[in-house]
Amino acid sequence: MSGTRTLISPATLARPRGRALYWTVFTAVVLLFGLAFLFPVYWMVTGALKSPDEVARTPPTLVPEQWHTGGYTDAWDLMQLPRHLLNTLVQAAGAWAFQLVFCTAAAYALSKLKPAFGKVVLGGILATLMVPAQALVVPKYLTVADLPFLHTSLLNDPLAIWLPAVANAFNLYLLKRFFDQLPRDVLEAAEIDGAGKLRILWSVVLPMSRPVLGVVSIFALVAVWQDFLWPLMVFSDTGKQPISVALVQLSQNIQLTVLIAAMVIASIPMVALFLVFQRHIIAGITAGSTKG
Amino acid sequence: MTKTAERRPVTKAAAHPVPVPPPVRDLRRRRLIDQVRAYGFLLGGLLCFALFSWYPAIRAVVIAFQKYTPGSEPEWVGTANFTRVWHDPEFSAAWRNTLTFTLLALLIGFAVPFVLALVLNELRHAKAFFRVVVYLPVMIPPVVSALLWKWFYDPGAGLANEALRFLHLPTSNWSNGADTALVSLVIVATWANMGGTVLIYLAALQSIPGELYEAAELDGANLLQRVRHVTVPQTRFVILMLMLLQIIATMQVFTEPFVITGGGPENATVTVLYLIYKCAFLYNDFGGACALSVMLLLLLGAFSAVYLRLTRSEGDA
Repeated sequence: MSGTRTLISPATLARPRGRALYWTVFTAVVLLFGLAFLFPVYWMVTGALKSPDEVARTPPTLVPEQWHTGGYTDAWDLMQLPRHLLNTLVQAAGAWAFQLVFCTAAAYALSKLKPAFGKVVLGGILATLMVPAQALVVPKYLTVADLPFLHTSLLNDPLAIWLPAVANAFNLYLLKRFFDQLPRDVLEAAEIDGAGKLRILWSVVLPMSRPVLGVVSIFALVAVWQDFLWPLMVFSDTGKQPISVALVQLSQNIQLTVLIAAMVIASIPMVALFLVFQRHIIAGITAGSTKG
Repeated sequence: MTKTAERRPVTKAAAHPVPVPPPVRDLRRRRLIDQVRAYGFLLGGLLCFALFSWYPAIRAVVIAFQKYTPGSEPEWVGTANFTRVWHDPEFSAAWRNTLTFTLLALLIGFAVPFVLALVLNELRHAKAFFRVVVYLPVMIPPVVSALLWKWFYDPGAGLANEALRFLHLPTSNWSNGADTALVSLVIVATWANMGGTVLIYLAALQSIPGELYEAAELDGANLLQRVRHVTVPQTRFVILMLMLLQIIATMQVFTEPFVITGGGPENATVTVLYLIYKCAFLYNDFGGACALSVMLLLLLGAFSAVYLRLTRSEGDA
């Protein structure tokens, strides 16, 4: 196979000894990856299919003796997974929508509309990148519990996820950087044709920004779906908890096979999203890192 | 598509008739309208940043010097929160655990992904497969990873001890032993987060020009020498970057100790963020929680500043 030259030269690999060594290493890596990353997932999926006796047996069985789907159906019904999955979905979708609307508008203003003190505002936004999010959860919780001026509480309300999600300096900066690179003459042409700012954003800027909007969307969805500490603080009402919080709260007093089945179900949406968009996700992770 | 498009401003004068300059007063009015419009676009985002980023940061510092109970008037107490938190027996345990965790995560979570990326970069087959598989654990919700490993570490029918028995090795207490609990958590965190690091290293390795290896080989450098004198210097910046990011992330570890060990056994896995959570929600001590937050904030802020400095200067170069 052709390609760029790496650590080991193609000539070395072409020799019989080199080729034998290559395939040995290749097989070893396949086995290692299978064992380290795929086997735990396999163990989880099949563990939920075992009977409660079988899952506690030593030495364990590699393949379930009998396939019990009871774990999965029990998890679905007893742990009220549909409700918690729906809660998670509502929280993630709302955070995504709020971020797209407000972050895009703000990034557009900072990039193209030259607001007075724009540099100061941008500096203030970028400064929050230096403040690790988790270290501020307690004062953030106090703010959400009693909003200044309004004196209302957002606890147990999806707004407590949606609104703080907008304050995402990383995504906002990503959008602004992308808008900065859009060709100026296209926007000017639209303006001369009499389009308003909103119109330009909607029908010129956004269609040209599909790649960055995709990346921001995936980041926004994944962040909410994977979060634990913040929803744990904000949702004390069991019926409103997302799946991550509900799993931990319910894990104490539930049968092991049922819990494992619930874990599998909780993983499916993100894993499916990843498998569908893996090219984009992997490209997004690596693109951000190789600017040099 | 736009990344390479570096366009110079086009002079429109040729295409459009020269507009008559409007009177000064109209110009001022238009500028004002433009500003109002610009801030209209900014408003939503700005409000969210003000409420959920800037205000909490200020509040953390203020409450750190107050006796604060939600619903009643706060009381200034000077540095009492700091001294109380400082003398809490859990305080030194939490910082010791967090620093040990960070150090161990750096040792394991740094060397293993680098070697893996190095090997993966040499493989010419099934590239996409390896990339997907190594990133799979990252997409599994952290809570699920933690619960999964809690089950693996189970002293009864846990997979970890079964594997040791299978290899005829002595079994371990894993997350249930005071000596092994922290290392067990580091293994979980590394397993769950390694994928991103491997992918970023891979991208960095691919940007190394092949001629460098060719030249090194012509000079008689063997495999290890090529790694040491070509690969490492060429990826040094990315390595440094990821190390800093990892330090910032692992110093805020919470989910693994909360779910797997509950901070135990005997406070062996209480971390700083866990202690902050406990102060606020178990002891109702918001002043203490904020004092701890400020300490963590200062330390991590310093790391973040170094990180931003480095990425900025590299981006400009």
